[in-house]
Formats: sequence, C-alpha cells, structure tokens
Amino acid sequence: MADGFQPRIVGFLCRWCSYLGADLAGTGRLQYPPNVVPIRVMCSGRVDPSFVLQALADGADGVLIAGCHPGDCHYQVGNYRAVARYNLLMRMLEQFGIEKERVRLEWVSAAEGEKFASVVSDMTEQVRRLGPLNWAAVKQTVPAE
Amino acid sequence: MVNLTIDDRQLRVEEESTVLQAARQLGIDIPTLCYHEAIEPYMACRVCIVEVTDERGRKLAPSCGYPVQEGMVVRTDTEEVLEARKVIVELLLARAPGVEKLKELADQLGVGRPRFKPDKDDERCILCGLCVRACQEIVGVSAINFLNRGPDRVVTTPFDMPSDVCIACGACVQVCPTGAITLDGADTLIHSELDLGPPKAIHVPFAQAVPNAPVIDALSCIHAKTGNCKVCDKFCEPGAINHDMEDESEEIEVGSIILATGFEPFDCSPLLQYGYGRMPNVITGLEFEMMSNAGGPTGGKILLEDGKPPTSVGILHCIGSRDENYNEYCSRVCCMYALKFAHLVREKTHGDVYEFYIDMRAFGKGYEEFYKRCLREDVIFIRGKGAEVTDVWETPDERGKLVIVCEDTLLGEVRRIGVDMVILATGLVPRKDAVDVGRLFSVSRSKDGFFLELHPKLAPISTASEGVFLAGTCQGPKDIPDSVAQGAAAAGAALSLSGAGVIYLEPIASVIDDKVCGGCKICISVCPYGAITFDDEKKVSVVTEVLCKGCGSCASGCPSGAARATHFADEQIFAEIDGALTEVT
Repeated sequence: MADGFQPRIVGFLCRWCSYLGADLAGTGRLQYPPNVVPIRVMCSGRVDPSFVLQALADGADGVLIAGCHPGDCHYQVGNYRAVARYNLLMRMLEQFGIEKERVRLEWVSAAEGEKFASVVSDMTEQVRRLGPLNWAAVKQTVPAE
Repeated sequence: MVNLTIDDRQLRVEEESTVLQAARQLGIDIPTLCYHEAIEPYMACRVCIVEVTDERGRKLAPSCGYPVQEGMVVRTDTEEVLEARKVIVELLLARAPGVEKLKELADQLGVGRPRFKPDKDDERCILCGLCVRACQEIVGVSAINFLNRGPDRVVTTPFDMPSDVCIACGACVQVCPTGAITLDGADTLIHSELDLGPPKAIHVPFAQAVPNAPVIDALSCIHAKTGNCKVCDKFCEPGAINHDMEDESEEIEVGSIILATGFEPFDCSPLLQYGYGRMPNVITGLEFEMMSNAGGPTGGKILLEDGKPPTSVGILHCIGSRDENYNEYCSRVCCMYALKFAHLVREKTHGDVYEFYIDMRAFGKGYEEFYKRCLREDVIFIRGKGAEVTDVWETPDERGKLVIVCEDTLLGEVRRIGVDMVILATGLVPRKDAVDVGRLFSVSRSKDGFFLELHPKLAPISTASEGVFLAGTCQGPKDIPDSVAQGAAAAGAALSLSGAGVIYLEPIASVIDDKVCGGCKICISVCPYGAITFDDEKKVSVVTEVLCKGCGSCASGCPSGAARATHFADEQIFAEIDGALTEVT
C-alpha cells in the first residue's frame, strides 16, 4: 500500500479503564504511533454503532473501541452491551464491504498502559496495511435509495 | 452450711462440698491423680486418702468423693494416712514406673524403690478413668471406655478400633494425670522450636492483643461441637463467658470507605532450591520474627531445630521479589527487615551473619545509617542472590551445615558458604481475595495485583470509585511509616467528604425527552442500576436522576434518540469525531 500512509483512527475509550490506561501509557512515556485520536466516553456501553459509522463516514480509516475487562465494568455490565452491539455492527460492516479489521473492540484496564500502547501500535500497522478506506467501492455495494 | 474440723482447724463450708474441697479452702495440700474440679469424683486412685471421724466412727477414706458432715473431724497428715498413701503410690509406681508425677509423689512420701516388679516398662496408664469420665461428662461422646477385666483392663476405644464418635478434642489428653494419652496428627510447623502446638479452644489471641481478653475458637471448642462441656463456666468466677454468642452480620451505612486490606507474605514453598519445608533450619522472615519475639514460642531466643543457638546465619534477600519468575517488583521492606534480623542475630547469638543481596535498598530516613551500623557490627555482606541452599557437603567443613551457593558478583566467583540457619527474606504479595474485593468496590488492580490508585503521583490514595480510598500495603508494598502516612491521608480525605456535609455529584446523567420517547422500554432493559422507570400514564420512560450514574447505555440503545447522555450526547460525540478527523493545515 501507499508508502507513508498515515491511517486516521478514532478511539472510543471508556472513562474508567481504557482512558486511564492511555493516560498511564503517557505517564509511562511509552512510545506508540499517534494515529489514534481518543474520544472519552463514560462507558464502552455508550458507544452507539452510529458513532463508529459516522467516524468512518467522516474519513476515519479505523475505529478502536476499548473498555474494561469483562467483569470489571464500572457500570457492572456496560462492556457486555458493547460486545452485543459490536457483534451486530460487524455483521453490518460485512454487508457494506468494509474490512472487519478496521473496527476493533479491546479490553484495556487502567493498569495496562503497555497493553494500550501495543494495541494502538498493532492496530495502526494493521490499518496501514489495509490502506485508506475506499468509500467509492463501499458506496457501490449499497443500493441507491 | 456445715461445720467441720480439718487438722484441728474449724471451718464452715457449703453442704454439697467434699472433704477435699473443704481442705483446699484451708490451703491444705492433698495430692490427687484421678480428680478434676469439673468432673464428678470417682475415687479411683485413692491417693487423696485422709482420716475421717464422724458419727459412724473413724476410718480412712478418699477425700475427693467423701461428702462433708456436721461435726466431722478430718486429719490429713497422721502417720496412718501417710503410710497408706505411701503404699498406694508404691503400687501405682509399680504399675507405671515411667510417670514423672508418680515419681515426684513417691519422693515426697519416701517410697524409695518399689518392691513390686512392673508388668510392662512402658506402661503409663494407672486406670484412674479420668479420661473416660471426661469424654463422657464433659465432651459427651463416650469415645473411650474400659475394656476387659482384671489384669487385662485397659482404656481404649470400642473394639480397639479408630472411633467414629471421637472429635479429636484432646480433652482426654488434657486431663490424663500421667501423660498416658497422646493425640496423633496434631499440626506442627517445620521448625520444632516454632511449634506452638494446637491452640486451646479458649485463648488470648496473641501477646498484647487489644482488647487483652481471651476468645473462644468455635472450631475447636467442645461446646460448639457437641453442646456439652462448658467447663470454662465452672472456672470463670465473674461468669464472663457467653456461650450463646453467634456471628452477626451488620449493615452499616457509610459515606466513604477506606480499603486497608493489607498483603500476604510470599509463599516460598514453590522455590524448591532453597529447601524451605524440607530442611527445618530454613525459615521465612515471618517465622524468624515469631522466634525473636519475646512473647513467642522460644521467648525471644534464636534457636535451631535441635534447641541450640546457631553459630552462623545466612539471610537471603529478594525471595519472590525482583524475580521475573514470580514478582517483578521490589517489596521495599525486605532489605530493612533483613538488616534488622542481622542486627538481632548478632546481638542475641554473637554468631556470624551473612546477607546475600542483589542491591541494598536502604531508602528511608535513618535507613542508610542503620545499614552502616550493621556494617560496623561485622555483618558480612555478599552481593549476589543466593542460588541454592543444600545440605550436600563437598568439603568436611560443610558437613552438618546448610550450604548457600551464590555468585559473589563483586568477586566474580561462585561461593559456597556453610551456615546453621537460613532466613528467607520473603516479599509481599497481594492478598488472594484482592480480585473479589476489587470488584466489590469497583477498584481496579495494577499489573502486580495490588489495588490501583487514581494517579501515581497526584492521587495516590484515591481510586476511580469516588469515596473509596486506599491505605497501606493493599495499594502496593510499603513499610510502616509509609503505611501510617497513607492511612492518615486516607482518613483525612474521607473526613473531608463527611465534613462538607454535602456531596457534589458529577453532572453526568441521562435524560429522556418525553416528547420523543416512543415507550419501547429498551432503555429500561439496558440500565444496570434500575434508574429508569416507565410512566404508565404518559407511556414514556423516566430517568431517576439520583440513581443514574451516567454510563450512557440507554442513550446508545435508544432507537428514537429520546435518551440523551448529558455531556456525552450524540451531537457532542459527533462533533468530537468531526474535530478529530479534521485535517490540521
């Protein structure tokens, strides 16, 4: 794919675990690609599938959703809601013809600065290999209204 | 009340008393074997024999079971009494020649060598039946009784088989006057000098306990097991014992919670190379602490398993800490406690002390000075982690020693050092139930398993759960001054919340627009707090703001856009996405 392509990834990070994990990666001065732009949400359960679609429509090449580990949710079950919505969303993306690898759901606890950094590095590399999201191709698969 | 005379002294006693009880009130010493204050007298051993004169005349009788009568005259020390007692003890000693208590009695009475030949040299039982009566009257299970008759008579379990009803309470062992009964399988520690024995059911929890009052352990209390016994009631004069107490669970409403659940010492039994659990003179730091405690099992003496003081002691640092196979972190307290041990061993035994360390971390106020002091006290410091402790000797010098093998990184060579005792400076690990406690309070844990503070520098006592604070080693290894400081800080933080009298909630909560809501109730099904109810009149969902914690699950589930997470509303997030993806030129 295009050399020097810098994917743009939107990250929805839960306020209690993953956002703090990202913070820890920062205080720990870990090195990882700057491609993920974090957006703080109260809970991964707050992530409406429409946020992901909107981000992709607005030009993001990938979306990361990160929440607390199963059983650790600050709101008890919010991350389980996130899983349910994520699975539905993946089926929808498949129908659109958008590569599944562009949208990821990860569990990052507040203590896992290193995991956050490695998830971001890994995902950036993966999306870089996929190249920019080709909306023209995607739109053709969606029947015109 | 009854009046009687004992050894020319008048006294008044209760009517149900026995002669023995009356004599003991006067402080007259009558020896007994088969008598116990809490058990009905049986008059089996006859050692307590006295001369009694009452309306029926004069005779010798065992005092323990003889009831007092009005006008009775008792003599405990006539020649006739002493002679009779002497013969009784001589006969008992002939049966059980090895019993210390009998030997003492024989010496007191001047028995000398028994004239009779014992049947068995190792017999200890004098068939007094105290154990049988204890099992029956106190424990209430009758697991043991007499078997056979005449010379074949023994105390044993039915058919001499392991008893089904025995609860292994040890009451028979406790009451046996001659030590004829032992309890098999009682737990013992590896190092016999550290063996505290099975604790009694009623005991003071530890020296200097606060409150300094005895407790009853329901796991070993006979009353708790069988409903009988209550012997302690008979001995406790103020009647302070309450057998009806039960565990209670109380609900206390509080405004804030401080977690101070502490740590566990690292379990070094998987580290086979150090021989802990295999070689009795390899002990952990906590065991040494127990030994050197003046209130401990050795009274503060440093002793080897054979009861002798060690001439040399090796202290291995970083057991389970700074070890990638176990815990990567430094446990912070071990260097200093290992130095304290070195100082104590030097002071108490004057033996050689070797410290095997990776780095000496004497980081606190006065700590470096203490390290210097230990250097001056001729503690030998070897830089290099102990690799192995073995009792396999290579040179004659090492014979009978524990040999510590280590690479001395300052000399650059492998050394073998023979010592008598090895102390493993075990590190601190999170408690096993920290996962459950963390989930209960919505407190996450850091990689090492300790509770995670909100911010390592700016909020070291707070957690992500508001009103839950951390103090001490549950947050990470730390020494006493640091724990005290953190505890005081947590108390201060909790007080400042209560002192304010009001709580400021985060303004993040969901609202449902009743003009848009279609009444599908999806929001009610996704809300983890039951904060959304359905208004049957208006046919819309309504958020109870105080219950709502603002997670926003309802907003993302709402198909009509009626549920709105304040500060995290759809349009706000879309604006953020837009902003995030705008090319900055």
